[in-house]
Amino acid sequence: MEQFPAVLLLEDGTVFIGKSAGKIGTTTGEICFNTGMTGYQEIFTDPSYFGQLLVATNAHIGNYGTHAGETESGSIKIAGLICKNFTWDYSRQQATESIQEYFEREGLVGISDVDTRAIVRHIRDKGAMNAIISSEITDVAELRKILDQVPPMEGLELASKVSTDKPYTQGSPDADFRVAVLDFGVKQNILDCLVERGCYLQVFPARTPLEEVLDWKPDGVFLSNGPGDPAAMDYAVATAKGVLALNLPLFGICLGHQLLALAVDIPTYKMHHGHRGINHPVKNLRSGKCEITSQNHGFGVSPDALEAHADKVEITHLNLNDQTVEGIRVKNKQAFSVQYHPEASPGPHDARYLFDEFVGMIRKSKLAEQPV
Amino acid sequence: MPKDKSIQSVLIIGSGPIVIGQACEFDYSGSQASRSLREEGIEVTLINSNPATIMTDPVTADHIYLLPLTVESIVQILEERTIDAVLPTMGGQTALNLAIEAGKQGVWEKYDVRLIGVDLDAIELTENREAFRKHMISIGLSVAPSFIANSFLEGKEAAQKIGFPLVIRPSYTLGGTGGSFVFQEEQFDEALRRGLNLSPTHEVLVEKAVLGWKEFELELLRDANDNVVIICTVENLDPMGIHTGDSITVAPAMTLSDTAYQQMRDEAIQAMRSLGNFSGGCNIQFAIDPATEKLIVIEINPRVSRSSALASKATGYPIAKIAAKLAIGYHLDELKNQITQTTSAYFEPTLDYVIVKMPRWNFAKFPGADHRLGLQMKSVGEVMSIGRNFLEALQKACQSLENDRTGLGADKKEWIRTEDILQRLEEVSDDRIFRLKDALRLGVPEKTIQKLTQIDPWFIKQIRRLVRFEQQLQQYNVAEDIPEAFLRELKEVGYSDAQIAWLLRIEEDEVTAYRKKLNIRRTYKMVDTCAAEFQAQTPYFYSTFDKENESQPVSDKKKVIVLGSGPNRIGQGIEFDYCCVHGLLAIKDVGYEAIMVNCNPETVSTDFDVADKLYFEPIFWEHLEEILELEKPEGVIVQLGGQTALKLAKIFHEKGIPIIGTSFPNMDLAEDRGAFSDLLKAEGIPYPKYGVANDADEALRIANEVSYPVLVRPSYVLGGQSMRIVINDRELERHVLSIFKHLPDNKVLIDQFLDRAKEAEIDAICDGEDVHIMGIMEHIEPAGIHSGDSSAVLPTYSLSVQAVATMVDYTKKLAKALDIRGLINIQFAIKDDKVYVIEANPRASRTTPFIAKAYQVPYLQIATKVMLGTHKLKDFNIQPRPKGFAIKVPVFSFEKFPNVDKQLGPEMKSTGEAIHFIKDLSDPYFRELDRQRNMYLTR
Repeated sequence: MEQFPAVLLLEDGTVFIGKSAGKIGTTTGEICFNTGMTGYQEIFTDPSYFGQLLVATNAHIGNYGTHAGETESGSIKIAGLICKNFTWDYSRQQATESIQEYFEREGLVGISDVDTRAIVRHIRDKGAMNAIISSEITDVAELRKILDQVPPMEGLELASKVSTDKPYTQGSPDADFRVAVLDFGVKQNILDCLVERGCYLQVFPARTPLEEVLDWKPDGVFLSNGPGDPAAMDYAVATAKGVLALNLPLFGICLGHQLLALAVDIPTYKMHHGHRGINHPVKNLRSGKCEITSQNHGFGVSPDALEAHADKVEITHLNLNDQTVEGIRVKNKQAFSVQYHPEASPGPHDARYLFDEFVGMIRKSKLAEQPV
Repeated sequence: MPKDKSIQSVLIIGSGPIVIGQACEFDYSGSQASRSLREEGIEVTLINSNPATIMTDPVTADHIYLLPLTVESIVQILEERTIDAVLPTMGGQTALNLAIEAGKQGVWEKYDVRLIGVDLDAIELTENREAFRKHMISIGLSVAPSFIANSFLEGKEAAQKIGFPLVIRPSYTLGGTGGSFVFQEEQFDEALRRGLNLSPTHEVLVEKAVLGWKEFELELLRDANDNVVIICTVENLDPMGIHTGDSITVAPAMTLSDTAYQQMRDEAIQAMRSLGNFSGGCNIQFAIDPATEKLIVIEINPRVSRSSALASKATGYPIAKIAAKLAIGYHLDELKNQITQTTSAYFEPTLDYVIVKMPRWNFAKFPGADHRLGLQMKSVGEVMSIGRNFLEALQKACQSLENDRTGLGADKKEWIRTEDILQRLEEVSDDRIFRLKDALRLGVPEKTIQKLTQIDPWFIKQIRRLVRFEQQLQQYNVAEDIPEAFLRELKEVGYSDAQIAWLLRIEEDEVTAYRKKLNIRRTYKMVDTCAAEFQAQTPYFYSTFDKENESQPVSDKKKVIVLGSGPNRIGQGIEFDYCCVHGLLAIKDVGYEAIMVNCNPETVSTDFDVADKLYFEPIFWEHLEEILELEKPEGVIVQLGGQTALKLAKIFHEKGIPIIGTSFPNMDLAEDRGAFSDLLKAEGIPYPKYGVANDADEALRIANEVSYPVLVRPSYVLGGQSMRIVINDRELERHVLSIFKHLPDNKVLIDQFLDRAKEAEIDAICDGEDVHIMGIMEHIEPAGIHSGDSSAVLPTYSLSVQAVATMVDYTKKLAKALDIRGLINIQFAIKDDKVYVIEANPRASRTTPFIAKAYQVPYLQIATKVMLGTHKLKDFNIQPRPKGFAIKVPVFSFEKFPNVDKQLGPEMKSTGEAIHFIKDLSDPYFRELDRQRNMYLTR
């Protein structure tokens, strides 16, 4: 396969020269890195990565091709790929096509043969920032002009851009429990995990008013993962507040976790460079057990505010690397959330028990409702 | 739960002498465990009979017992010391078996000693193939269909049910001993009989052969709270059917999707949690059917295993160190990542590079051995290499092997006959990866190669890229023709300058000069467990051709580089790791910065916290040159890394790189047969008559001049390879022709053989003024048996006072004449009380660690300080503490090569050694050895 020269320019002026990967073109977004060694296709299609240029730290990307059944949404969601060895020869017999074919078909622009480790070290020191990749423009001044038009991630509302346009259902209508999923960019595997546990789902567009959700008569509500700054999502915070007031069972993942925090007046903040990978250590403070988790977030929930509100909200999970908040539970309510991704995909399945806990919570709540 | 305070004194059991399948990786794990426990204030007692280990050194443990690994020795230790707990998981199968045996005899109970880090029931379950199979099925995991057989008849029955091809695996054997594939019914009877005989319980498993399935290994750690992490996933390039110890392996897994990997991870965790309740390491092997992605469990080792050392070096995560802390009660989340020091030890390392492990075989040492690889491990060592892509790592591994290859082919050693190549692809031998490339170069279709080798197409396609690069390169005539971007690309996929030069039929120097002119230089990246997500302090580096160089100065001290000895092989092994570790300690001690370079993952000297800085790189000139130009050290120590390091002295000398200690011309004088003989003559020292022959006619003339019997050997070899004693013209001619055939471009050395002579050797240190004799060893076996295969007694036991005095005198004369600064080893033959000098080695020898242990003197540190010139011998108060006699006993791995001649001779065949102390010569052990000597003499 022929590759062409490509350029990566960071907001702070740092330039990396590499080769084109995927479609020839230009793309912009916030640069972030993921340290996972497997699961590139799941990452590419994870809506939480919307608007981001992804640095894959694994040495080779593409070895096992792509597989139509291993996507987290209907299309590629990352804004661009940055990798070391873009490998279009693949061997997996189950694969559908090569990564190059996939990128061309989906129109994704990438750059390979750059020092990804140097880029990671740079972001680690300087923090997340916007960047531009181009395999058609090599003039840095021209790229600079385009890059300057890209808004910062902080304060950006992106969830409604990746949310479904209209409601849809998953699972069997005869299932035991009805769960309303607020789609801020939900990963397919979250829906699968709930359906597997006996839930019938209605997936609602991000900005659906609470009344409309309640009209469907859900037994529980799920706040999904998704891209962007949670602080720019007043509409979703309002929905979460409404669910809390009704004390319906509520579970949030990632962005959903941040929205739950905001709903109980715990602020969120933009992290220096976030957590992205499939090896993040989390301790469950309730059980004392540890779990290796899949993570993808650039915003976090303020630990100081949680401490101040210890009467209202309990910290249930902590990150063992940097002691950041990984899970909360609202006291005297049926509501909890985690910052990481128990559905994994990609990543370890250590935390799948959280879906069981959510379904258990719904079951208990339903039993309590029934007349004795 | 934090540390268990009731454990204050721990016994660690070592793995004994090096044998195939159980090598110095267990010195690495034992040493790490010991240091880890001592950090916690725990008193560590160590037992191992292997004197060449670092674990049995006072720098590692508090109390050391160089005793045979027997229950009697354990009882002796428990009588002498208060031991709270025993950690038997660091010394391989040997240590476990000893712990089990001592347990059966009630020893642990009697002395109130707890077993930690292990669950004996779990061990039993994983060792007993039938119980294991049933257990796996009971927890819902899949295994290959199989039947257990305790008799010939049962075996036949099983074969009928399963069909061919099938595998026979004897129960309770190490490294796959006695296992075999059976493709046709005709081969079955013999294979079954052999398997039954080799199993100590007369039991074999007859199993369906899942040939061609992909093979993976996972390294796990579990704590007492049942937290489990996967430290490393290793993919075997060679599919099922070849022992993983003999497979080329790659990390991280190259061809696994997340779906397939997570299933493997889930099953591994489930399997480990189902095995009793121990805290520590575990290794699980899986096979996966490429057509369906169906997974089966092959094997579980619920202990620190051979591959743990590799996984530790591959990821930077010190498995044995953490496993030892888990054994004394810590939970993973209570410990820190040793590399970052800020993040948690409970995590899974992630790699942003590719590692390739390549086994090192020594078939040349075992004439008649079956070269085909299979279920039984046959390699004697391994190398690991690190690159930013698979091809770079693969070629670096080839450069590390020291097989005179300069990469994966492109070095005039390619085969050109398609039939021969295809045959070798099917009958797997040690050269398959080279033949695979040869086949691609000759245009054999990928599909054919895949069918013959069953190697995953991804690897084949990658190697095909090399063939294309070479075709593209061959259009150029001189180095300057190569476009810059293309040359960079070639370097990025691991080509050495020597390979590029060969392809263009130009000189290597021309390529190097052009490359440097274009500033295409190696940069160094850190192995940090976390793909740079967190800052790491650990100075563990590998080279690549990427943009940013992370190897910054770690101190403003003067630097000294120590060269390691490359992969273990017969004649050069663990003893040089011992030497390097002590060398590094001495360098640090005198205030220099100690920098280590080696590519052997089994070694302690390449542990991340032994040297001030570690370059995990091939001991290959081009790689060394770049390190030297970056670091600009005061000099390089070549005396501690065996012949591997020593033979690089010439090029260092030519390029003006300072060599620490004895100068190159003097080392060369000792190595050059002719010049050395002239020196002996001038000093009035007798030596056996000899001659150098360039052809068979000359050889015949010389042999008749020095008179038969004569010793015949090629001039540059290690461990006496192809060395023979011949008694007449006919034998001589045959052997000389064979040498010229197998080792072209070589000369033949013919020495007078001193029949029935005694052999002895001296290791000494010289500082230019004084000479210190470290030890004088007398070999029990007569001359004619390689010194490495001889039992050596320290001090001498039958030589006359006068002979000993003469040897000492000659040593002093030679050390001064060669102006030795550092170490020298001299080999003697004594016949009729006349002392002859056979050879001198201006470096640490195989016996230096043995003497240091026997006399309890840190000789290697003293020698290193003398080499550095910071100290003179008179600065040390050397007080050897001899205890009777110490005997160095060779240990062999012949059971791996059933058809090989076990007769000892001038060619070294032993893989390891043990130390045995005796009070006096009436000791029955010694008398038996001496009796065997007499048998040799009558032969």
